[in-house]
Formats: sequence, C-alpha cells, structure tokens
Amino acid sequence: MRGAAHSPILKTSHLLGTEALSVDEIVGLLDLAEDYVALNRAAEKKTAVLKGCTLINLFFEASTRTQSSFELAGKRLGADVMNMSVNSSSVSKGETLLDTATTLNAMRPDILVVRHQDSGAAELLSRKLDCSVVNAGDGAHEHPTQALLDALTIRRHRGSFEGLTVAICGDIAHSRVARSNIHLLSKMGARVRLIAPKTLLPPEAGRFGVEIFTDMHRGLEGVDIVMMLRLQLERMTGAFVPSTREYFRFFGLDREKLAYAKPGALVMHPGPMNRGVEIDSVVADDIDVSLIHEQVEMGVAIRMAVLDALARGLPRGGRNTP
Amino acid sequence: MTRTAFLNARLIDPASGFDEPGALLVEDGRIADLGPRLFAGGKPDCPTVDCKGQVLSPGLIDMRVFTGEPGSEHRETLGSASEAAAAGGVTTMVVMPNTDPVIDAPSLVDFITRRAAATARVRVLPMAALTRGLAGETMTEIGLLMEAGAVAFGDGDHTIANARVMRRALSYASNFDALVVGHAEDPDLTTGTAMTESEFAMRLGVAAAPAIAETIIVERDIRLVELTGARYHLGQVSCRSALEVVIAAKARGLPITCAVSAHHLALNELDVGAYFTFRKVKPPLRSEADRAAMVEGVAEGAIDVIVSSHDPQAADTKRQTFGHAAFGAVGLETLLPVALGLYHDGRTTLAHALRTLTSAPADILGLKIGRLEKGAAADLALIDPDVPYILEPSDLHSRALNTPFEGRRFMGRALATFVSGECVYDRSKEVR
Repeated sequence: MRGAAHSPILKTSHLLGTEALSVDEIVGLLDLAEDYVALNRAAEKKTAVLKGCTLINLFFEASTRTQSSFELAGKRLGADVMNMSVNSSSVSKGETLLDTATTLNAMRPDILVVRHQDSGAAELLSRKLDCSVVNAGDGAHEHPTQALLDALTIRRHRGSFEGLTVAICGDIAHSRVARSNIHLLSKMGARVRLIAPKTLLPPEAGRFGVEIFTDMHRGLEGVDIVMMLRLQLERMTGAFVPSTREYFRFFGLDREKLAYAKPGALVMHPGPMNRGVEIDSVVADDIDVSLIHEQVEMGVAIRMAVLDALARGLPRGGRNTP
Repeated sequence: MTRTAFLNARLIDPASGFDEPGALLVEDGRIADLGPRLFAGGKPDCPTVDCKGQVLSPGLIDMRVFTGEPGSEHRETLGSASEAAAAGGVTTMVVMPNTDPVIDAPSLVDFITRRAAATARVRVLPMAALTRGLAGETMTEIGLLMEAGAVAFGDGDHTIANARVMRRALSYASNFDALVVGHAEDPDLTTGTAMTESEFAMRLGVAAAPAIAETIIVERDIRLVELTGARYHLGQVSCRSALEVVIAAKARGLPITCAVSAHHLALNELDVGAYFTFRKVKPPLRSEADRAAMVEGVAEGAIDVIVSSHDPQAADTKRQTFGHAAFGAVGLETLLPVALGLYHDGRTTLAHALRTLTSAPADILGLKIGRLEKGAAADLALIDPDVPYILEPSDLHSRALNTPFEGRRFMGRALATFVSGECVYDRSKEVR
C-alpha cells in the first residue's frame, strides 16, 4: 500500500481549508485515506510513516472528537504526539496566539494541528511558523478535515459525486463545517443546497453557487444526502431562533421531513448532536440511513492521509533537522 | 524681523484655484507677499528657499488624528505624531479625545495644548469629547471646553447610541455654534463585528455588519440636526447610501459637512486579503462600489474633506487574529499621496485635491489657515506631486508602523514642511 509514497499529493505544506484545494488534491487524499481505512480495520494498525516526527495538537477550543481523532491518527502513523489545550484564560493573561505559537515553534514540531475560535487563526500561524499547519477548525471559516471525511464517507456509499444533490441544513452562518463542505462538494461536481432560517443564513450565501431554501420540505425534495449541522446552544434561545421546540418543528430532521428526500437518502452529522433540536433520535440512530458513526471512523483515516501527505513534503528525516 | 523668500515655486492656493509660478515672502511667520512678479526684479536680501518649480501649497490640515497621549504613549505621543505629520506635509492636526483619560474637561484640553507646545512640531488642535468619558450619557462642558481651546466636539470613534442624548448635545452645542463631529456606526449592529457584511466576509468567516449600520445613524443624526440647528460634521463617511443621505441633507440647506478617510478612498474590503489586520479599520473597508462612490463624492464636492484617521497601534494589538486585533491604521504620511492619487487618476484637479486637505477643513473649523494669502500664517507644504515611490513602513516617522499601504506604489509627497515659516521637515536631510 505504500507504493504511492513520496509522490506529492498536496501542493502546499499546509492544509488550511478546502477552498484552495484542487480536485486532484482532494482525490489524492481520499484515495490515500482508503488505504488507511483498511489499515485501521486490521489487527496491526501501526505504521512508521511519521516515525521521528513530532505532531502538536494545539486546541484553543474544547473538542473531544477532533482532538482524539488527530491524536490517534498521529500515533498510528508512528509520530510523537503532544496535546495542548489552551483555555482562553492564558489569552486574557496577555499572551497572544502568536506568543503561544512561537513558543511551540521553538520546540521544533513538524506538524501543528490547530483549532481556534477565531477565523484566520490557522492562516496566521502558517505565516509565522516553520512547520506544517493543519487547520482543525478556525472560527466560522473552515474545517477542512471534516469536509474531507464527509466526502470519503459519501464516496464509499455513492461511488462518485457527479449528479448527487447534498442538502446542508441548519446554522450555515456560523458554521465552518458548512463552508468547507460547500467548497469541496461543489468542486467535486455535487449540487449543494442550503436549508436554514434566514437568521442562520448569510445574506450572500447564494454567492457560493448553491441553491438556497428556507423550507425543509421543499429543500429536501429529491436530495441524496442530508447533512445536518449542530446548532450552538447560545444561538437557540431567542437570539437567532425563538426556541428549540420551534426550531425542531420547522428545521429539525425527523422521519416526516426525511420522507421528502430521495428514497434511500443518507443522513450525516458532524457531531456532537443535539437530539430533539436539529435531529430526531429515530433518524440519528437508524442504521439504514444514518452515517454518523461511519463519519467518525472515516475521520481517523482522513487525518492519517492528511498527515501522511504533509509529511511527504517534509525534508528527509524531518523538516527541522539541522 | 525675520524674513524668508520662497523662490521659483508653483504657487497653488486651493481656495481660490490660483495656480501659477511665482514667489512667496514670509515675514515673522506670516505670508507678507506672494505672486508671479514678486522678486522679478532680483534676488531678495534675505534667506531663500529654492522651490525648484515644485508645488508650494498651504500646509495640510488633518481633522482626524488619534494619538496615545495621554495614556498610551507607547503607541504614539503628540510629539511622534507631529513628526509623522510634518513628514506628510501636515501642519495642523486635530487630535481626537479618545485617550486615557478622555479629553472631556477644560484642564485636559489645556494639557494637550501645553504638551503640544512643548513637544510637537506642528499645530495641534484638540477635539473634546461630546459626552463625559465617551460614555454617551451626559454632555461635556461645551462652553468651558471651547474657552479652553477645543475646536470641535465628538466622541471619536464611538457612536452616541442614545438619540435623546444626541439630541440634547446637538441642541446645547448649537447655543455656542460649536461644531459637533459624529461617528456613524450603529453599535447594536456593529458590536463584535470586524468587516462589512459581504460575500468576502462570509467566505473568511469573519463576523460582519451591513454597511447600512452607518446609514442608519447618519439618517438619525441629520434628522436631529434639522431639529436642533447644530453645526454637524460627519467624521467619516464610507458607504454610498450614507453619502446619499448627506447629499440630500446638503440639498435641503442643512449645516452639514463630511469627511472621508484616505483608506476608504484607496482600499476596499478585498484588501483584507488573508486576514491582514493592518487593514482592519473603523468603519471597516467597504465594497468596491462604495469606494468608487467615495472617490466620486470627493470629485463632485459632496465630500468636503479627506482625513487620515491616523490611528497608531502597537504590534501586540495587531498581531492577533482578525476578530481580536485592534482597529486602526496610521495615515498621516499617506494622506497626501492618496489625495494626489485622485489627481493622477484624472478624478480631480490638483487644486481641488489640495482643497480637501487645506481650505475646506479650515472653513469647517473656522480657522484662518489653509490659504496662501497675505497676512495668513505661513504654514506651507512644498510638494513634488509626481515623484513615484514604493511605500516602505521603515520610512515612516510615526512611532507605530501599522500602515495599510505597505508596498503600495504612490506618486507625490511632501519635500518640506513649514509652520509659521519655520522648517519642520526637510526630506533632503533624511538619512536612510
């Protein structure tokens, strides 16, 4: 399976978003990830692709699943993995994001995985640091590995993206998952629909080249894939929608609304779910339609593929070897 | 009596449109004589400045300068700002009250005046806060502040959110014929945002507010001006819809003027690029259509004044993510080149571009400067309007280097600057 090793998959030394990725880069990552899906299902899950490399997970925002997914990916590839969770208090102590980053830079990591609550944080770090930077979510900007794992999940079920219609539903305005998926799915030839109340939809959303719906029934008609987004708690009560029950009534995915989609339509969610708010448990737990657990499995494989692809750009023996 | 003769100049008096070769004589800090035939008979017997055919204009008046004095001297002092001003051809700067403490009491106006006299190379005129502590709640002592030397009243880059407070402040200010300078960003719409709502802001995932957040406040303020009769100057206009409101108000004969910041004339929202925080300003950069409307507004005279909105920020407040970085850009040294850009682009005459920087702000402030005429203070800028160069931050004189124009190609800049006939800047003496 290592036959393709050392052929470049990514043209840049960072993965900051899907907007700048080419179709070839996306296909290259998905193909490489297929190898890792197989590896992850084998008894012996460890390789030495990243042997000697140091991977730092720098998380300014709490995240269980993304952080553990990157950690597992790094360890299975043989890297030394360090997790750093920085709570916002150290920022209020006067240390800037760049102070933290330059401190870490001095420890000579090869790859830095960063999650931050502010859009552009990964871009800022990539300009100032010597190592490869992977964006694990920056504000409302991008979350490229989520979109890649979603694409891998879809491709394994549908074979290709051409002719597929994917509906992304919920809090589009504040969602980095939505942005990364819109860019990636559009590039791969899928038709993308956005379904949300207007308060959760940027006024210029149509400029993404997508179809906009504010009604779930009409929006879901004939859809192949339904991608639900998490509604942040602080946005539920009065600020953007009047209440969770009103939201669930009109925008929550239940069997009744799902029936408008194409027969056999599949349901996805980046997690963690708010059951009874954006998705009904009956749908979420239906193994015939829900891909939610498979998404988590694909997450580890796609992150292994991303780390592998970036490591191929590192100088032999690691970028920071004198 | 001290005399200096400026010979071989291209004299431009923007107020009158006078633009001819000639000479100018300064006696004891004032313009004693000027014209095409002055010294035609022979060289004067006093010190001379050979202008080598370059433009001799009234010194620039910048109506919107933030410094860090008092309270944030690490960003900029009155002295360091004045060095930037002098290098930019600016001979008078109106400094904003947004300091720590806020300039909202007569003793603090006096402090600015004294510090400026002791440390600044150019004239410094304090603007006083319109409400105490910039809190938008109670009005300041407008009469006493005027007596102390405040030339205008406003809360800087804060909008007075409460219409009742604004009404009373305008009404009271009109007793003294005081100039009120407004800032127009509806705080309910703009708090927590960093860009103008647009496709680009959506792609970047940066919290954004619609440009009409400005228009809403301009509409309100103009209705209140109509109600109270106060003299009102909109400190910065940045979008087409707000400018249309100003134009309509002027057509109704209301005592309203407005300014635009140089960066809103020269940059648009796309210049934020990959989250460049030096281009995070307040109000945020607008769409290209809005920028074009601002240029049009200056060309047609709907916008009276161009300002720098010079706002020095230290590296630590700019080396942040875009959402958390401070607003503001330095501008004293790029004000003139941006205005000259309108002339080079064929949008205005040279005299008109200079008018927005000299006599127009002087008239609004009620000052007898900004003109080349006998008896006026000899505040002068010697300008090469055509010299091409690339702006390097290291060439700037400001203590802060947060320019949004790094690497920009400009044409034209000040060669030398004189306040009351004294040279406060001479580019030929720069050691780089």
